[in-house]
Amino acid sequence: MAHRKPRLAVWKFASCDGCQLSLLDCEDELLAIAGALEIAYFPEATRGDVTGVYDLSLVEGSITTPHDAERILDVRHRSKKLVTIGACATAGGIQALRNFADVREYASVVYAHPEYIETLATSTAISQHVPVDFELRGCPINKGQLIDVVSAFLTGRRPNTPAQSVCIECKLKGNVCVMVARAVPCLGPVTHAGCGALCPSYDRGCYGCFGPKETPNAPSLSGWFERLGVDEKGLQRVYRTFNANAEPFRNESQRHDAQDHQG
Amino acid sequence: MTRKTIKVDLLARVEGEGALKIVVRDGKVKSAEFNIFEPPRFFEAFLRGRHFAETPDIVARICGICPIAYQMSAVHALENLLGVEVSGPLRDLRRLIYCGEWIESHVLHIYMLHAPDFLGYDGGVQMARDHGAAVTRGLQLKKVGNEILQLLGGREIHPVNVRVGGFHRAPRKRELRPLAEKLKWAREAAIETARWVSTFDFPERERDYIFVSLRPADEYPFNAGRIVSNRGLDISAADYDAHFEETHVSHSTALHSHLREDGGSYLTGPLARFNLNFDRLSPLAREVAREIGLAATCRNPYRSIMVRAIETIYACDEALRVIETYEEPDRPFAPVEPRAGVGYAATEAPRGLLYHRYGLDAQGTILDAQIVPPTSQNQACLEEDLLDFVGGFLHLPDDDLRRRCEQTVRNYDPCISCATHFLRLEMDRS
Repeated sequence: MAHRKPRLAVWKFASCDGCQLSLLDCEDELLAIAGALEIAYFPEATRGDVTGVYDLSLVEGSITTPHDAERILDVRHRSKKLVTIGACATAGGIQALRNFADVREYASVVYAHPEYIETLATSTAISQHVPVDFELRGCPINKGQLIDVVSAFLTGRRPNTPAQSVCIECKLKGNVCVMVARAVPCLGPVTHAGCGALCPSYDRGCYGCFGPKETPNAPSLSGWFERLGVDEKGLQRVYRTFNANAEPFRNESQRHDAQDHQG
Repeated sequence: MTRKTIKVDLLARVEGEGALKIVVRDGKVKSAEFNIFEPPRFFEAFLRGRHFAETPDIVARICGICPIAYQMSAVHALENLLGVEVSGPLRDLRRLIYCGEWIESHVLHIYMLHAPDFLGYDGGVQMARDHGAAVTRGLQLKKVGNEILQLLGGREIHPVNVRVGGFHRAPRKRELRPLAEKLKWAREAAIETARWVSTFDFPERERDYIFVSLRPADEYPFNAGRIVSNRGLDISAADYDAHFEETHVSHSTALHSHLREDGGSYLTGPLARFNLNFDRLSPLAREVAREIGLAATCRNPYRSIMVRAIETIYACDEALRVIETYEEPDRPFAPVEPRAGVGYAATEAPRGLLYHRYGLDAQGTILDAQIVPPTSQNQACLEEDLLDFVGGFLHLPDDDLRRRCEQTVRNYDPCISCATHFLRLEMDRS
């Protein structure tokens, strides 16, 4: 059989489009990527072929509708390798805040006719529906990491995206620790690396947009936050943002539910 | 007579997902529905109970393409409520970061999403095979916009540096300086872009739109100004709800905005801004606009790609002005103290007017939030364009007709993810 370029597909579920935009934001590399791959399906960028089998599928977004729960099965079926990109696809995203609330009440707040709205009571990660070959974290993902993951899957090696904490990136960057030096609450110790320790480099604490690192000790970090004056409600909110449904963050936010049933 | 149905299940090259349904009977267009089937994400609901200081980080997630617009509308609405005025270098830095977003977003739309419609390609990447130099210029121009966002915001998508009262960290003069050389190149590339798109073949279709945009006293609008129209509307953001209303139709998860006065549709975005603020553009942007044949009033929505190019020139000019006059502020943000009340703001996202309203309690907890994105505001107008224009394209073969319909939608650069509360083309002809 003649040599052919690997077929890439980019799929979107519930999301802000930011992670797939990262591919278009690779201004220096985009045309090279398009030369190495056949961009077979990428509706944000091009008309394309929605039939057939894809060598690599990048999936953005979370599952929030009955239709999408069906659609992801078809995407998996057509994809030799399936990589999820971003906090929505790997942890349910910001829209997973509904998992802690009543989605019917949410719909009634936003829509005059909630009955027109078809939605699931939860927002869940892709891996909760189908097997996933690799999960790339971040809200948004880091485009350098995205290029690494795409090239890793094309060449058959493992992606080089370490699961260490943001603290390591801060140390490598030479930042002074915002929590030790300035008593600013920072989620860096429990948060997955990948952003390049962005927030501490901009004089603020990490807010956890890359989700939990491997084996985080969130209860210990919460103890430090309390000593810095963060109350129970604040602690609950700290973990309940863009990766609220990632297990370590979900468990820790629920530990601080006790005094606040407002959600 | 044979009956035929043309369907486009998913409209490509828009941000988010939607479909279009057009019904033709006896050679006449009966209805046009733009269906946004983006799953609802409920931002206005889950903002309740959050602390106001968390708002810029949360609302950025509404849209990966224009997060700054959401951050700017939110911080201005909250500052309106808290009685804080951001002035001097911090105000200028906010204009600078908005310039970055306009350049990045407009250039993405011009080169990757809209130009392929005029030149007959499936997308920017395919267009690059025959128009390599143009696409490379577009990517490098977009990159300059993103470099502004990276420097001032930390990253292009969901920047981390914006806060109520200003920024977490203000840049040093020496950090901004290298941007100036790049922006001078970008300004030339934007002028070439304007000349390039002006050579495209534009359908001669016009409508008598109600244009709505911000109009500040002495600058082209980003973050401030009165909400004005070409029909005499002149209100502050606080009066938005008294003049505009959103309705919910069954075929779309995006709400439709209308003017309360007569229930009419209205147009926001580049055409509206350009027509209402031509005198506020920089002299260079005005000069190039005249050179490429854009009169001070443009009612042809297909020419919005030219207006985006003119606004890109302006954004480069304005970014250079800010960088060249920048003095480092004493501190990166004005202090803010929580208080109870309601705050309002509207800013100019790349694709149009974006309105936010927040209610806070005395501790600074959000009681309620209202966010009206440009796509919702433009949706009724977009459907009217389709109704009005498609009739003139009915002689075309089905595939070309479908492309014209898609182009008509892409005139708007609709950002469907942001339809917080989106296209399948279905042609039903008999």
